[in-house]
Amino acid sequence: MASFTTKPYIRWSVLVLCVLLFLSAAFTSLLLGKTPMTPGDVWMALFSFDPESTEQIIVRTSRLTRTLVAISIGASLAIAGTLMQALTRNPMAAPDLFGVNAGALFFIVFAVTFFSVESLTHYMWIGFLGALVASVLVYFLGSMKEDGLSPVRLVLAGAAISALFVSFTQGMLVLDEQRMQSVLFWLSGSVAGRDLEMLGPVLPFIVISITVAMFMGKPLNILMSGEDVAKNLGQNTLLLKLVAGAVIVLLAGGSVAVAGSIGFLGLVVPHIAKGIAGPNYQWVLPLSGLFGATLLLVSDIVARVIIAPQEMPIGAMTALFGTPFFIYIARRGGKIRD
Amino acid sequence: MTDHFTIRTRSDRFSVQIHKRSLWILIALFSAVVAVFLISLASGSSYIPLSTVLQEVFGESESAFVLNELRMPRVWLAVFVGAALGVSGLILQGMIRNPLGSPDIVGVTGGASVGTVLFLVTLMGEVSIQWLPVASISGAALVTALIYSLSWRDGVTPMRLILVGIGVSALTNAIVTMIMVSSEASVASRVYLWMTGSLYGANWQEVKIIAPVVLTLLFVSFFFTNIVNVKQLGDDVARAVGVRIQFYRLCLLALSVGLAGAAVAFAGGVAFVGLIAPHIARLLLQRSFGILVFGSGMIGALIVLIADIIARTAFLPSDIPVGVFTAGIGAPFFIYLLYRNREGINE
Repeated sequence: MASFTTKPYIRWSVLVLCVLLFLSAAFTSLLLGKTPMTPGDVWMALFSFDPESTEQIIVRTSRLTRTLVAISIGASLAIAGTLMQALTRNPMAAPDLFGVNAGALFFIVFAVTFFSVESLTHYMWIGFLGALVASVLVYFLGSMKEDGLSPVRLVLAGAAISALFVSFTQGMLVLDEQRMQSVLFWLSGSVAGRDLEMLGPVLPFIVISITVAMFMGKPLNILMSGEDVAKNLGQNTLLLKLVAGAVIVLLAGGSVAVAGSIGFLGLVVPHIAKGIAGPNYQWVLPLSGLFGATLLLVSDIVARVIIAPQEMPIGAMTALFGTPFFIYIARRGGKIRD
Repeated sequence: MTDHFTIRTRSDRFSVQIHKRSLWILIALFSAVVAVFLISLASGSSYIPLSTVLQEVFGESESAFVLNELRMPRVWLAVFVGAALGVSGLILQGMIRNPLGSPDIVGVTGGASVGTVLFLVTLMGEVSIQWLPVASISGAALVTALIYSLSWRDGVTPMRLILVGIGVSALTNAIVTMIMVSSEASVASRVYLWMTGSLYGANWQEVKIIAPVVLTLLFVSFFFTNIVNVKQLGDDVARAVGVRIQFYRLCLLALSVGLAGAAVAFAGGVAFVGLIAPHIARLLLQRSFGILVFGSGMIGALIVLIADIIARTAFLPSDIPVGVFTAGIGAPFFIYLLYRNREGINE
């Protein structure tokens, strides 16, 4: 990918292409669904809204929210994955694989079951807490210096942590059969039926975290050339890691609070972005966000269409396309490029 | 006086060497299973005194209905499921020569889940429930074959097998979710309860189906003793003494898959029993596969029995799936194993 780093016009045309792809996915997401619609309806709803038209109201209310949720969650998970892969230097790192999603989920369901927490703002804070606990757990396992766990083994530890949290979550859900059906759909990841009030409290955190992440490209590039090099260049590596850790926790925890557990996005997208942009994080981070949003939009569209009029949980969709990729990396022993 | 004695068949085709210490431990384990079995019968939403339980076992008592129709099948199911998972894990660990092997981690359980859920959703009511283990075992076999072939890259390394297993597990989970979401709510909630690993609502019919399957497979496993003992020394040694590696590896895998599939068919994903039971057995007993089959089976049964007692008494009147408790013990243990064996396993 030498041309990407050396020739600016290639860089910019790739970026423009990605943005176009993203915009068309977002537009399709507004267009397709239970109520048939013409592209004109969508266009009008966006730019010259007519409150008399049912179609336009549907676009403005349910579809627009859903699309916004998919965009923000997709970007969040992808950027969280990119940062995790960079920080742990592990190509198999991702919020779901390391048990961060499952941790957030467990804490939320726990609070719902035993403390009857109902407001989404509380979900969010509890989700952050859960994500934090699980991240610290994984970090502790991964950072045991020389005799620490290898990349592959860390994935196994993550799988065990996930299994633990998931099984506890399931146990609590069995206690409460009425709630189970709705939570089940949410558990397996879904962007449907979220209104703006649900996204509202989380959105500021997501926006701030993503903004911070966008400025981390350069310091990350330096850190990637080695811890010692970075320190000699006067970089405060501890601060960088702490900030990146906070961003990961906020993005992953917030995503789970809104959309439940959506897997594999955080694993796959960073690799696509790195495949296009090379190891330069100044480009990898924004591209990850863009691809994450596009990919989740597409998954959501497929989830809506595939067994219409019913809907598939989007987490099941991402697992379907993510697993082959995971296996591809697993077969290479965790090394994607030699 | 030696510390061991040997049992052989007349033709010398088959022999087992038993250390006296191991024999005592096996007897102790068996007594423990019987004791916990009785305690399990006594405990539940209403406590039935042990004396009444004993009366019922050896004749008739006033609590006949609760004991015979509700608790007895459940406790028997726990025994068979635990034994099946324990031995399934033992075979798997021996086969891939890796202490991390376990039917639920390697994805065998996931395959069995898909088979079972498909059966419950599509065929339930039309076909006799007797075919359920067939569906589970074929699901498990198909997915295992998939995992095995996907991990093949100039041979199969244990680590790759486990990693690919994790990935395929995610896939099977997704498929189960998809089937559940697109089926009716009543079916979905029943399937969900089953999936977490629950012995709730066990009946005699289920026990009658699972018992012959598990017992036969356990019996067959026992006869693989010598081969596995040799295989433990490594493929080269095994080949040198004339063991047909690929053939027996396939047989062993089939046994492990059959046992796990049968357990999953009626109890769902009771997690981590297949991982823990063989480890405890190896800790207590001599390292001879024949002895370990008995040991792992009984320890597996003990784990599921105890977890089930907790599951149905700790949160009365609710009945928690037994899988929650086995995962609670098993997952930390798995991480500990990962950490302890960090140099031992080639990746």
